[in-house]
Amino acid sequence: MPVARYQSVLDLIGDTPMVDVSQLSPNPRVAILAKLEGWNPGGSVKDRAALGMVAEAEKDGSLRPGQQIIESSSGNTGIALAMIAKVKGYPIKIVLPQNVSIERRQLLEVWGAEIIDSPGSEGSNGAMLRAQVLAREHPEWWFPYQYSNPSNPKAHYEGTGPEIWRDCPEVTHFIAGLGTAGTLMGVGRFLKERNPAVQVWAVQPPAGEMVDGLKNLDEGFIPPVFTDNDGFDLLDRSRVVGPRESIEWTRRLAEVGVFAGISSGAIMATAAKCAAEIAQGVIVTIVCDGGWKYLSTGAWTDDLDEVTERAKRVIYF
Amino acid sequence: MPVDVRLPTVLRAATGGQATVAADGETVAEVLDDLIRRHPQLGEQLLTAEGGVHRHLNIFLNDDDIRYLGRLDAKVGSDDTLTLMPAVAGG
Repeated sequence: MPVARYQSVLDLIGDTPMVDVSQLSPNPRVAILAKLEGWNPGGSVKDRAALGMVAEAEKDGSLRPGQQIIESSSGNTGIALAMIAKVKGYPIKIVLPQNVSIERRQLLEVWGAEIIDSPGSEGSNGAMLRAQVLAREHPEWWFPYQYSNPSNPKAHYEGTGPEIWRDCPEVTHFIAGLGTAGTLMGVGRFLKERNPAVQVWAVQPPAGEMVDGLKNLDEGFIPPVFTDNDGFDLLDRSRVVGPRESIEWTRRLAEVGVFAGISSGAIMATAAKCAAEIAQGVIVTIVCDGGWKYLSTGAWTDDLDEVTERAKRVIYF
Repeated sequence: MPVDVRLPTVLRAATGGQATVAADGETVAEVLDDLIRRHPQLGEQLLTAEGGVHRHLNIFLNDDDIRYLGRLDAKVGSDDTLTLMPAVAGG
């Protein structure tokens, strides 16, 4: 029974709509459905993991009323946590790489988060290392550590995955972005348990240029969420998509009325590639967030070459 | 046959700053061997003491992670591009 009245905005997290975007499929025998995670109240798929981590920590006592929260984020997890922290009355600090879009920073400010800058050239890895140091120095703070917290994939195993199975049991391929691996591990595991034939594809950001501050490969990072869930075995394919192609597909999504963030363009580009390769099937993709936080990049309106250059300097995963 | 190998900033010190270099081989393993032969300093970065590929190194053959294409045995053709990237997080 549809309900339109809620006690808290946090009750609006999850149960997002799925929309058919098969007009963008290069293969008439392959349908593509996009799950619109921008519908979450904090504006992204990260609401799910953030709420899951907070709820679990409140339950096990590691997060107590009024306690300081610290987390690193390239944006969306920080925004989701900050919104939840605002509603629940926790002070929050977010370590944020300097090269994220201005809107990500502004939204953190809306929710009252204290922003701790980390060098853009170190990317999300650098922000994470700083948060780890601060958390060690302040054991009295709660550090959810999204990259390792089992409540992150669990939120997708218990939420996103079952929603996809309910709304689209004919799914043959699931394609999502690889950031913390929470969505891919949680949804991928759930869907493969229901139907082992479902293929799970990951989409990676083009990390090469973005992290030119890394001193060596030892400073690279594979999230424990990925390895703890046997990610290398769970995935069937993993692709990288560059900024230009990501923006082209972000624009194509807008052509069919889906106003999405740039990482969703990368995922859509991969879905189209997948559709062209397979004979028939039903692809479910994740639209991680709406386009609002990327308006300042001119992604939809400015010259494609210029936007591509700009996007190379901004973390959008 | 020669293929293009694209390197991230973190590895370019070993190639005199070049972002794209050529290397020969029929498989990913052969291309990496030739790459390290031409740019020996890369060996220390790319390979572990046991001779395996660094766990934080992602190798993409035409944008596809080789882990799902037969790993180091993946076949490489002359129009192909191999892209090396450090593993990074997001979120």
